[in-house]
Amino acid sequence: MENLDVILKKHPFFHGMTEEHLRFIAGCAANEVYKSGEYLFREGESANKFYFIRQGHVSLELHAPERGVLTIQTLGEGDVLGWSWLIPPYKWHFDARATTLTRVLALDGKCLRKKCEEDYQLGYELMKRIAHIMEERLHATRLQLLDMYGVHA
Amino acid sequence: MEAWAAEKEQDLKTGNAVSVLQDPMVPEQFRVVRRKSETADTFTLILERAQRDRAFEFQPGQFNMLYVFGVGEVPISISGDPAQHDRLVHTIRAVGTVTRALDKLRKEAVVGVRGPFGRGWPLEKARQHDVVIVAGGIGLAPLRPAIYHLLRHRDAYGRVALLYGARTPDDILYLKELEKWRGRFDMDVQVTVDRAMGDWFGNVGVVTQLVRKAEFNPDQAIAMVCGPEIMMRFTIYELQRRGMQNDRIYVSMERNMKCAIGFCGHCQYGPKFICKDGPVFPYTEIENLFGIREI
Ligand SMILES: Cc1cc2nc3c(=O)[nH]c(=O)nc-3n(C[C@H](O)[C@H](O)[C@H](O)COP(=O)(O)OP(=O)(O)OC[C@H]3O[C@@H](n4cnc5c(N)ncnc54)[C@H](O)[C@@H]3O)c2cc1C
Ligand code: FES
Repeated sequence: MENLDVILKKHPFFHGMTEEHLRFIAGCAANEVYKSGEYLFREGESANKFYFIRQGHVSLELHAPERGVLTIQTLGEGDVLGWSWLIPPYKWHFDARATTLTRVLALDGKCLRKKCEEDYQLGYELMKRIAHIMEERLHATRLQLLDMYGVHA
Repeated sequence: MEAWAAEKEQDLKTGNAVSVLQDPMVPEQFRVVRRKSETADTFTLILERAQRDRAFEFQPGQFNMLYVFGVGEVPISISGDPAQHDRLVHTIRAVGTVTRALDKLRKEAVVGVRGPFGRGWPLEKARQHDVVIVAGGIGLAPLRPAIYHLLRHRDAYGRVALLYGARTPDDILYLKELEKWRGRFDMDVQVTVDRAMGDWFGNVGVVTQLVRKAEFNPDQAIAMVCGPEIMMRFTIYELQRRGMQNDRIYVSMERNMKCAIGFCGHCQYGPKFICKDGPVFPYTEIENLFGIREI
């Protein structure tokens, strides 16, 4: 089985990080498996982890009264899930449900938060990468909001 | 009604077949042999020449002008199989006067057809290369003939990826065909919708996000993109981010049309006429115009 630091190193998210930081991050990581239908987390729960999807699919969902479950986005292999572990009050704002058998690498957000406070270089490197993902998601959300395929009379 | 339209209508009523054959401004009569609902606002018409005397040949990406008597004429891409010459297939979204009139046509109704017009997809140039097709909404219709061609000549091409985005699961075009294509081992088909309820098990997210993960070699692949302009703009950014050069990216443009043969200037797009220089353009030819608010 591959070491966690080797798995991390291969992921584009970590490209350019120092060996030392990677080793530290690997120390905060664990493999987790979710069966189809199982929740990685639910809205309102404490956000203490972030995830790298190694295999499978995860659906990000909101429950809207009278409308039922709305899928906001789906993520798959190679995607990164969650940044609420980095931003107070560290709560999830939506549900994340595995829609197929899903294997993830889960990073302990609490452990990383603490380390980031002590090592600003690591904090900056992580922030830079998370900001990039946030920008991508924000951008995708804007396109969704534009309703590109509607008839614009 | 304008003089040329009145003349055209007269020609059609009298079945003036000789001028029909020779004059690109005069529509020829076709009969609706089948109508199929695709989604709530989109339907497919299958047409046959009223006088079944000749084959109808076209290049994937070309369009016809469809004329509804007494209502008007609109450009509509050909969405059928280019190897099938005895019928014409058009998938149409009912958005306004003419397309709604087309929506009302049923079996045996007569439609005027002029075409085929324009420059199609670069299927020759794409030979031996990977092909990445990115379609949004009704934009899958002009690309379907290219897909039929690629699959018929599958060995002549490298990897083929089809990335398709629709508004909701109910707006997905050609669902059965997409499922069939997805079942093939020689084509990567990814479908996503902008919004869905919990009963949809596919991808949710914008189509541009599919570009990031699609398997193709950006150094040699050819991209064919069709959809709303904003979707094409952001798809181009993603393709460029993957390292694709602009001369390998092709887009299909839409503008209002009248003559469809480069005379009237209605479809002018900077120095280009969409009807005869396009509708398919290599991005290099139009990059300076693309996304400009008013041209
Ligand atoms: C080369 C080319 C190929 C085309 N291929 C197809 C095709 O395969 N299938 C197809 O359905 N359409 C296609 N179109 C678009 C089609 O020509 C227009 O939808 C049509 O001309 C609208 O005419 P109308 O009389 O129905 O609407 P109009 O009465 O002229 O317009 C009514 C309203 O609809 C809106 N509208 C007009 N066009 C569009 C549009 N394309 N999308 C969204 N809203 C619109 C306008 O804002 C307007 O307010 C193509 C256009 C071009 C230039
Ligand atoms: S429609 Fe007349 S020039 Fe293009």
